[in-house]
Amino acid sequence: MLRDMGVESVAHLFRGIPAHLRLQNLLDLTPALSEPETLSYFHGLAARNAIHSNTSSFLGGGSYDHFIPTVIDTLISRSEFYTSYTPYQPEISQGTLQAIFEYQTMICDLTGLDVSNASLYDGSTAAAEAVLMAARINGRGKVALAENLHPEYAQVVDTYIHHAGIEKQTIAFDAETGAINPDALANLGNDVSAVVVQSPNFFGGVEQLQKLADATHKAGALFVVVVTEAVSLGLLKAPGKAGADIVCGEAQALGVPMAFGGAYCGFFACQEKYQRQIPGRLVGEAYDAQGRKGYVLTLATREQHIRREKATSNICTNQGLYALMATVYLTLLGRHGLKEVATQNLQKAHYAAAQIAAVPGYKLRFSGPYFNEFVVSCPKPAQDVLAKLAAKNILGGLALERFFPTLQNEILVCVTETASKDEIDALAAALREI
Amino acid sequence: MIKKSTAHINQNEGLIFERSRPGKTGYCLTALDVPAVKPEELLDPSLLRDDDLAGLPEVSEPEVVRHFTRLSTWNYAIDLGMYPLGSCTMKYNPKLNERVARIPGFAYAHPYLPDEFAQGNLALLWELEQNLAEITGMAAVSLQPAAGAQGEYTGLMVIRALLEARGDARKIVLVPDSAHGTNPASAHMIGYKVLTLKSNAEGAVDMDGLKKVLSEHGPDVAALMLTNPSTLGLFEENIEEICRLVHDAGGLVYMDGANMNALVGITRPGDMGVDVLHLNLHKTFSTPHGGGGPGAGPICVVKELEPFLPFPRVIRDADETFRLEYNCPQSVGRVRAWFGNFSVLVRALCYIKTLGPTGLREATETAVLNANYIAHQLRDDYETAYPDGKPMHEVVLNDKKQAKFGVHTLDIAKRLIDYGFHPMTMYFPLIVHGAIMIEPTESEGREELDLFIDAMKSIAREAEENPELVKSAPHHTRIGRLDEATAARKPVLRWKPASNAAAGSSR
Amino acid sequence: MSVYPDNLHYTKDHEWIRVEGDTGTVGITHFAQEQLGDVVHVQLPRAGEKFDAHATFGEVESVKTFSELFTPVSGEIVAANDALADTPELVNSEPYGGGWMIKLKLGDPSEVDKLLSASEYEDYLESQKED
Repeated sequence: MLRDMGVESVAHLFRGIPAHLRLQNLLDLTPALSEPETLSYFHGLAARNAIHSNTSSFLGGGSYDHFIPTVIDTLISRSEFYTSYTPYQPEISQGTLQAIFEYQTMICDLTGLDVSNASLYDGSTAAAEAVLMAARINGRGKVALAENLHPEYAQVVDTYIHHAGIEKQTIAFDAETGAINPDALANLGNDVSAVVVQSPNFFGGVEQLQKLADATHKAGALFVVVVTEAVSLGLLKAPGKAGADIVCGEAQALGVPMAFGGAYCGFFACQEKYQRQIPGRLVGEAYDAQGRKGYVLTLATREQHIRREKATSNICTNQGLYALMATVYLTLLGRHGLKEVATQNLQKAHYAAAQIAAVPGYKLRFSGPYFNEFVVSCPKPAQDVLAKLAAKNILGGLALERFFPTLQNEILVCVTETASKDEIDALAAALREI
Repeated sequence: MIKKSTAHINQNEGLIFERSRPGKTGYCLTALDVPAVKPEELLDPSLLRDDDLAGLPEVSEPEVVRHFTRLSTWNYAIDLGMYPLGSCTMKYNPKLNERVARIPGFAYAHPYLPDEFAQGNLALLWELEQNLAEITGMAAVSLQPAAGAQGEYTGLMVIRALLEARGDARKIVLVPDSAHGTNPASAHMIGYKVLTLKSNAEGAVDMDGLKKVLSEHGPDVAALMLTNPSTLGLFEENIEEICRLVHDAGGLVYMDGANMNALVGITRPGDMGVDVLHLNLHKTFSTPHGGGGPGAGPICVVKELEPFLPFPRVIRDADETFRLEYNCPQSVGRVRAWFGNFSVLVRALCYIKTLGPTGLREATETAVLNANYIAHQLRDDYETAYPDGKPMHEVVLNDKKQAKFGVHTLDIAKRLIDYGFHPMTMYFPLIVHGAIMIEPTESEGREELDLFIDAMKSIAREAEENPELVKSAPHHTRIGRLDEATAARKPVLRWKPASNAAAGSSR
Repeated sequence: MSVYPDNLHYTKDHEWIRVEGDTGTVGITHFAQEQLGDVVHVQLPRAGEKFDAHATFGEVESVKTFSELFTPVSGEIVAANDALADTPELVNSEPYGGGWMIKLKLGDPSEVDKLLSASEYEDYLESQKED
């Protein structure tokens, strides 16, 4: 090739880089590993995670251990899906585009809203985008966040609103129920652009969405519902049918591995009247000159590559492959399967809560209704309890003190369909012993 | 003469919803082993769904597999052939990366694992940070940003935080007119006004223009955002002088690392005077694009900016154990939950480990060689946007020669599909009229490059001899060009059951 | 018929205004709609809003781009063309007819004299072409 080009060396091709900026030595990195060496290196790292086949986990709090059907990995491992680019060329991207159209349809059904985008980075950034979108719609300068919104989501919202000139107000949860009391919204100012509530909330509690929506709308604000546990939507009333204007959250629970927190898949849906304000990609139906139906990225003028600094968001992409995982999951389970999984979560969590509350000194912290997570008050600091459980190969849940300093003795316990009765009983038995 | 196979399977596969039949299912749940209390007894019925999720389909497992497998056959993909998308670095995605990312210890790790249960994952994050710092010549790295655009956003916030700590956040971010659209969009999100810098006749930053802007607005300039090599595929030869001028004016230099595939192992942004850059792991470090994500957009910064990076940070203690540090008082905050797109980060580290320092340099050399070869072979058939430029990993042509026959860049791109290739990047950068931007990457061997060159030459001939053929392309795909105007005027963004659909279309 | 009717006044931002009494009807020119391509959405103000001359009163979107809309003269909106919500393509097919955008009660009728005539606008387009 060099000969064809009449160039004497590859180095010549880099002549545009000033000579003194060119590295004289190789980068200081470990030498190339062979395939077996690479596998052994990474297996070695993974082994340091100290997770064993007999470790049982009750961790939740925004990342959920649901069973993932084998078909999902088989399908997303097809090169045509995972090695393809963003579907800018509809003629050779119909597979991705149609799958996203199906995803959008299912998200609309789950959330009870008219329009879903093609997905966002994750639940936390979806929540931040919802806050920015609400401010674009009504031009108000303040957002009200429920105190029991996932604390890391609230931190991300903080980051995003800091430079958008939006102020934050926190709505305290009811100390008795752990949920937001609709009365807490009675004095909402007319400068509040949106009220953001999570349901099930960070403590696992199911919020009274319709009442909260009514109070929010009374103040002329938009009602944003965040869902971190998407499986709950198989059983719980669609937030869009309970007054939500925007519903967004995390689709990880729908067939995406926990993978230490990412990559995940943020979903985002809104009422039709706001569709031109929605951030991110949208796929719509279109026809070619011969009348054949296909799908295409549409309403692109909202986006950064056209509007540049005037775009609805700087987001460039969706989480294509992970939206596909959720789509395959929902397709496999179907309407009955998702409901059944959700019901098992509800039943097992309530069984576990009863077992734990029967241990002397332990009780449920909040009285409100809950889905598959609940808060346990321990007779001693949560960290001590969790450390002792860990020594018995049980990850008993998340100590809440790091986010809520007054909840020093409290643990957030999550029970999904993957927890067997034996594991739940073992947890209760272990609590009894320590 | 079309040399590559071009068939696209033309099966009729409707929407999954149209296949749905009551009673079918594709899963099997373990039988319940705790008391079967009815949901209505555990939750107030007003909290429960009343629509029975009627929209979700009911299909069997083989139907699910066939449906999505058929859909997949309508996609182009790297594993099918070359993807000459300029600025996108569509390189091969090694299969070993996929295997490694699926190791159960990584794939099934909960993000709230106590640090002592996550030593392997924390070590992995730390190792990747060290590797990226060495590759870029920067002091510190945050792996949290979920994509390139979020990396830009985070990097600019870090700059703003430092300037605020110095007592003046300033007002303006300078962005060259050749920049990617996310640059001005990100700057705007941080509350900065964007001032566009015109490129000079060689497609580089116009030094006189820069000096003039700095003399007028210097004290207000927070940062210059620069893509290097530029979106024209040209290295900014004055990069050190540019950095010096901006620094002298009290501003910082942000480098968009979208084109790092031209630099890895050859030169380092940290040695040029850059203060912040983001990397696109889904470009330079071979992680799959997945039909539009997930990617990852880590940022690399100089020492002075490290305290402002997002929290938590991964810390290695003296005893070689790792922990997460949440107490970072000067941090800009979080930009997403947890630690970033971990599963993408695993793949990127796997790429670095398997290539090693020699392989990384060879990859860069090959990528640049490939782009130069294409530029050389097509020089008589297409006009080169900047003929005196020294192309790095991509080359920008235009459609001037073909436009005489009424054939434009879009037509050339669509005709490429008939030759079995994905189109190149079109109409970008905006400053090149009818831009045709080609980035072959190091993944292509000479045989595939020659096929691509033959296709481009053949299209140039067709444009002259049979322009209609090119203008009505593609001819061998499942569907033709779609009517995007009607799609945007009356958007149909979801499927509805037949009875509702009729009502929906009349609105 | 000329693509730039004589009875209209024009701006260098490619808007036109037709003055009848103290009211002006505003739209975009044939040239502007051609540059935009297929128009898919038009964002317009509500009646009662007041604008200075050369202020942004709305936005027009096509498949691939968007453009802000500027008032040729100052005034108060008395009507916006609601038909464009469902049929934005009228901006392409009838830029001076069904594709009109707003009606303004003129703030200062003398401002109209500063606008371009049809021939001046055509000369302006010619001069831009040579550039």
